[in-house]
Amino acid sequence: MPDARINVPAEVPRGKPFEVRLLIRHPMETGYRTDDTGKQIPRNVIATLTCRYNGETVFSARMSPGIAANPYLRFFVTARESGELAFEWVDDRGVRGSEHAAVTVV
Amino acid sequence: MSIANHRISRRRALRTGGVLALAPWLAARADERDIANIPALAAFLAGRKPRWERMRLDLPGLADNGQAVPMKIVVDGPFAPGPYVKVIRLFSQRNPVPEMATFEFPVAVERVEVESRIRLAGTQRIVAVATMSDDALFAAGADVVVTVDACMDGT
Repeated sequence: MPDARINVPAEVPRGKPFEVRLLIRHPMETGYRTDDTGKQIPRNVIATLTCRYNGETVFSARMSPGIAANPYLRFFVTARESGELAFEWVDDRGVRGSEHAAVTVV
Repeated sequence: MSIANHRISRRRALRTGGVLALAPWLAARADERDIANIPALAAFLAGRKPRWERMRLDLPGLADNGQAVPMKIVVDGPFAPGPYVKVIRLFSQRNPVPEMATFEFPVAVERVEVESRIRLAGTQRIVAVATMSDDALFAAGADVVVTVDACMDGT
């Protein structure tokens, strides 16, 4: 099952900003919850996330338990060349995730 | 008739004038209180004064569930030849982790909008601060009344 969904427009006009939407499946465990036995569930959130556009970092986010479970992000990137938008993220346990989407500049 | 009209308009003019004269002062007072109320924000600013303009933080006035509150940050352009938005930081007044998120834009983009969903531990004020490429600071705040806290079993 995929861990993330990326949504970019099918075609983007050159030089203009285009909308990027990202949804990652992750519990974003706050570290303040306890399980049924009263034991504290350790914090585990996606701490860092980067978005590269043809290899160049165009957006990054550092997140805390203040971001809701299954984090959703929407932001804009300037369209330059057709290519790839690649996301990479790491959570507190060191688990890495990645997903990419094709960008077609017209 | 004309005298009565005149009187009312003068009264209204005075009242409006008074409110207008007070408005910037009241706004400034509210903004200073924001900084004092959020230690993490005060620590980040370290005495620097952001301009409370050009930026918008959209949050619902009332959030039924603090687990996921839709949040939108907008910084008004145009940026093109001048300084662009480099970093946007989001601060919470009452969350156990007051530095909620940091969004970075290493490459200039003409449209600066960030949307996400945030957790809120109770009714509070949220402040977003944008750092421009010339180190200028812009800020915006929003109040949210939260019915069900995000960290119920943590407090």
